[in-house]
Amino acid sequence: MEDTGSIVAFWVLTVLTVGSAAGVVAVRDLIRAVVLLITSFLGVAGLYITLSADFVAVVQVLIYAGAISVLILFAIMLTPRASRDNAETFLQIPGLLLAGLVTFTIAFVSLETDWTVANNSFPEDTTAAIGEALLDKYVLPFEMASVLLLVAMLGSILLVRPEGTKEE
Amino acid sequence: MPPLAEWYDLRDIGNAVGAFLDWIRDQGAPDWVPFVVSGLIGVLGILIWVILSQLAFIWIERRVIGRMQARIGPNRVGPRGLLQPIADALKLFLKEAITTRNADKPLFWIGPVLVFIPALVVFAVIPFGEKMALADLSVGVLFVIAIGSINTMAVFIAGWGSNNKFALLGAMRNVAMLISYELVQVLALLGVVVFVGSMRMGAVVEWQSDFNVWVLFLQPLAFVSFVIASAVEINRSPMDIAEAESEIVAGYHTEYSGIKFGFFLAAEYFAGFAVSAVIVTLFLGGWTAWGLEEWVPGWLLFLSKLYLVFFLFIWSRGTLPRLRIDQLMAFAWKFLLPLALLNVLITGGEVLIWREGDLSAGLALPIFGVVNAALAVALVVGWGTFMGHLSPERRAKRAVLTQELGAVYYARPAGPLGEA
Repeated sequence: MEDTGSIVAFWVLTVLTVGSAAGVVAVRDLIRAVVLLITSFLGVAGLYITLSADFVAVVQVLIYAGAISVLILFAIMLTPRASRDNAETFLQIPGLLLAGLVTFTIAFVSLETDWTVANNSFPEDTTAAIGEALLDKYVLPFEMASVLLLVAMLGSILLVRPEGTKEE
Repeated sequence: MPPLAEWYDLRDIGNAVGAFLDWIRDQGAPDWVPFVVSGLIGVLGILIWVILSQLAFIWIERRVIGRMQARIGPNRVGPRGLLQPIADALKLFLKEAITTRNADKPLFWIGPVLVFIPALVVFAVIPFGEKMALADLSVGVLFVIAIGSINTMAVFIAGWGSNNKFALLGAMRNVAMLISYELVQVLALLGVVVFVGSMRMGAVVEWQSDFNVWVLFLQPLAFVSFVIASAVEINRSPMDIAEAESEIVAGYHTEYSGIKFGFFLAAEYFAGFAVSAVIVTLFLGGWTAWGLEEWVPGWLLFLSKLYLVFFLFIWSRGTLPRLRIDQLMAFAWKFLLPLALLNVLITGGEVLIWREGDLSAGLALPIFGVVNAALAVALVVGWGTFMGHLSPERRAKRAVLTQELGAVYYARPAGPLGEA
């Protein structure tokens, strides 16, 4: 992160990410908020690229911009009065407090921690390293995460299943 | 990477570009200048090529479809109608682009712009020749899928912004379709990646060239499911239910007119070329053809394969009737997805045998090819016969979506005609 290009890229991407994240909160229309949220996700993917984490960047685009945003869209479409103003809610003050606390915690930790700078060179091909780590050293958490997702899916299907639906 | 040949060696245009960049470096330019220039050359080259191909294929598609449907097709503008695409483009430019009063204007405006991005950005990782890739990323295959998934949002934004029920219906169909077939695409490409052991597009082509075999012959099942899923992704018949004219006017671009509609039309062609390029690179050997690339420029081989694959899509459009949405979704979840999962399992097992058993490629690959082809045929036929809707007792008595409501009753119960 020494040369001019990286610094320019960092600031452009930061403004994009934080600006559209602020837009998500400020904008009144829910669908527009989702569009801004995707822009924010894409900005984060760009930040990963400046850190040479290309695999994580592409996965960020695939999962957040491609899949999670569609999930949010479906959630909005299934909500009654989807195009309503999102400002009238009694959770405004608690939400603000919680967001402030989270910001404070992250800022405090990142400023107070004595970060060590790694000297060893970054691996050229991160994909293989991540794959080996996931299926070798961290295989148990990896599998547990998938079982957790399966349980969540089964639970949601059970919840929406009407009473007395016949087996067919 | 072999050393740069002379600049006039047009078997690879990368030679000329590389010589030009070296010349710029020799003039004492700072480091970033060759970098920016090479990027500009790549982007402009791809843009010009894709626009020219599109103009050509508008004419070819209309003529070919005309011939398939026993009519003549456009033949009035210019000799044999060759200037028809230019007339079409001019018409789209000159027509008024109407924005309806109730449309969500910013979203209505960025929809057509956004559909361009995934269709064009994919070309960045495609190796047109040995040295002719704009950015041969180490995660190329994943990049292609990730960029394709943005398409969903672009179409949805266009459909929602139009504030029209047909547009929204088309957009929702598109989202449902793309999510389902994206899984099939990922699983199909996983088979290729497991075999090759790299996600770099250039490495996949080199692997096919090294072992003198196209991935198509090792992964027939993955090839078929990827081609079908790609046809869904680029919204072409018989999978164009997102814009089915006979059902929902024109789907997500019902409200678009003039140049905004032209954007959708062009993006559809660009996406078609993009998926054809991906299919050629990953399954059909890219710019290599068993040594022919020594004599014929690799990029010419690549382009001829690409146009052949694109012709397949035109052909299927002229031949097959459009599917119903429940048929299309059931086909993804009940047929393609289980088969693609099985394919990944089989491929993993084969690669394990190959690596652990220290088999020579000359022995292992032909066996795998024959085994996989036999398995593919057996799985498709078996799944269709025993798990599908071929047997009468499994056939739906009524249209599935209306069974619960009991509203429509247009399918007869199985049995002799007239019994119901």
